[in-house]
Amino acid sequence: MSEAFNPIPVTVLTGYLGSGKTTLLNRILSEDHGKRYAVIVNEFGEIGIDNDLIVESDEEIYEMNNGCVCCTVRGDLIRVVEGLMRRPGRFDAIVVETTGLADPAPVAQTFFMDDDVRQKTRLDAVVALVDAKHLPLRLKDSREAEDQIAFADVVLLNKTDLVGEEELSDRERAIRAINPSARIHRTERAGIALDDVLDRGAFDLQRALDNDPHFLDHDHPDHVCGPDCDHDHHDHDHDHDHHHAPADIHDATIQSISLRAGPLKPDRFFPWIQKTTQLDGPNILRLKGIIAFDNDDDRYVVQGIHMLVEGDHQRAWKPGEARESRIVFIGRDLDRDKLKRTFEACQA
Amino acid sequence: MPTVAPLDLEGHCLIAAFLGTVPFFALADGSVHWLDHGKKSATIHDGLLCGAVDWQGRSLLTGGEDGKIVRTAEDGTSETLAENPGKWINCIAAGPRDSVAFSTGRSSVVRTADGTLAEFPEARTVEGLAFAPKGLRIAAARYNGLSLHWAGMKAQAVELEWKGAHNQVSFSPDGNYVVSSMQENALHGWRLGDGKHMRMSGYPAKVKSLSWSAKGKWLASSGAPAAVVWPFSGKDGPMGKAPLQLGTRGDCAVTCVACHPADDVVAIGYSDGMIQAARISDGKEAPLRRGGKGAISALQWNGKGLQLAFGAESGDCGIIDLTA
Repeated sequence: MSEAFNPIPVTVLTGYLGSGKTTLLNRILSEDHGKRYAVIVNEFGEIGIDNDLIVESDEEIYEMNNGCVCCTVRGDLIRVVEGLMRRPGRFDAIVVETTGLADPAPVAQTFFMDDDVRQKTRLDAVVALVDAKHLPLRLKDSREAEDQIAFADVVLLNKTDLVGEEELSDRERAIRAINPSARIHRTERAGIALDDVLDRGAFDLQRALDNDPHFLDHDHPDHVCGPDCDHDHHDHDHDHDHHHAPADIHDATIQSISLRAGPLKPDRFFPWIQKTTQLDGPNILRLKGIIAFDNDDDRYVVQGIHMLVEGDHQRAWKPGEARESRIVFIGRDLDRDKLKRTFEACQA
Repeated sequence: MPTVAPLDLEGHCLIAAFLGTVPFFALADGSVHWLDHGKKSATIHDGLLCGAVDWQGRSLLTGGEDGKIVRTAEDGTSETLAENPGKWINCIAAGPRDSVAFSTGRSSVVRTADGTLAEFPEARTVEGLAFAPKGLRIAAARYNGLSLHWAGMKAQAVELEWKGAHNQVSFSPDGNYVVSSMQENALHGWRLGDGKHMRMSGYPAKVKSLSWSAKGKWLASSGAPAAVVWPFSGKDGPMGKAPLQLGTRGDCAVTCVACHPADDVVAIGYSDGMIQAARISDGKEAPLRRGGKGAISALQWNGKGLQLAFGAESGDCGIIDLTA
């Protein structure tokens, strides 16, 4: 291709039935933000906005025959995105709305596994809407609701008007326990500044790190959120619960495991991450890490979904910055001790 | 080198074809452009998704984002054959006696010349459609295989199963084989007589363009730095045989292939807009176009095989004349 091409950002909206996805979608389509969105929905349903670029598509989960049991893609997205991208001048970004019960993994994996889609688009963020009132019940009866939170880069704790402050803090703790690195926003009727949701670059770990230098620190006891923390500060009563031990959520089956170590040896780390994701991939929903390599002046960032792992050098370590390696696994039935032991064994 | 008459259009060209002797170009925005004593154009869809030339080579059948199925004649006039408001028409195929098949979501429909519609619900979304060379029979590509239906008969569908996502389907001209292209960079074939499987893999990219040679002895395909051409002349098709690789280039991928209507020659289009012709018997290459702004997305010979219409993703289309 001789022309320079900017990949189109894609935002994935997840959330259980009744969590407010349609309300948010209607706002995205109707507000005057100077951007044009192509929207891919499962059913036209209640979208009250007349927009030529709302595409209805049957959710089609395709397993890939590549020996990787959790490698699934959304076949319909591949086709629709390909169709949309043949006329790229019509829109600035794509929003994919998933069904209430959808597993977000195939949607996210589509943007990494299909070459054509990968070439033309980039996954911007997975946004999960959560109904503040019904969250405890959802976590009790639905694995999908939990998965959606685990997968999210941004969580909207919606319908805050239906519960009190104590319950809200409790909900935030529950979300934080499942996903320590997601940014949580409290909203009523999905009322949020759209630039907190769209074009975030949250899935792009490099950009997420540029936006939020303490991205993987928020769960760390030594970290005190300051003005350069790019997470939810609109609420000054927000008590930073996530600095303390995660809430004891009996109904959550997802755990997050944050590990720290000193500089690692690349020839130990890469085989380790490969083996770990090969063996535990089905149980790993997301992983994110910043790695310091021995004798390497650049930070290495890594992220993954199930068995897919991607990594790259991000930037040089700053003077005075502690050269340490941090990695977070979010998943089910993960062996914390084994992960810790094997991760630490990669140290130089 | 043959002469190239360029036609610069705005947008992704999906179909380049000759209707009668008139070259037609259909773009993703729903416009068609043709060269008949000057350049002419019309808008036939709000967003074009797929197209096919009828068996007589007289009209173009297209499906769009507007849910319409449109027939455009060689004089440029068009008529809407069917309409499914709010649905994308993902696939279309031309059949015998002016029949047309199209698909939307999990359903394929065959429309016969009298306007009768026969609908075939599928378990999964239809990703590709093709008519068999004989009889009013279609194959729909879907997840985990193909479904074959006889239109106009109350016969049970024939299900050809193979695990994985099948995106495109094509019958061999003799009707003995049906081949699909898959999400995982491979072709899969079935011998229709006994259902025997044929796996054709090793492509570095998805195969998006398939073309059978005039007598059906060869199947040319895109998806590699060369046109990969599988032999189908023996009784076992390509099984146990290596494919030919024609027009190999180190730095470019083949994006489109079109076999000559009479000779065993393949026109090969590349990701940089270059086009060459290669002879199957000895692999000899003849450059037809040096390159362009974008990848070749459409190629078709005229009936005599003396002119080649081409289209590109970047809109730089044209006609290559081999007689000049």
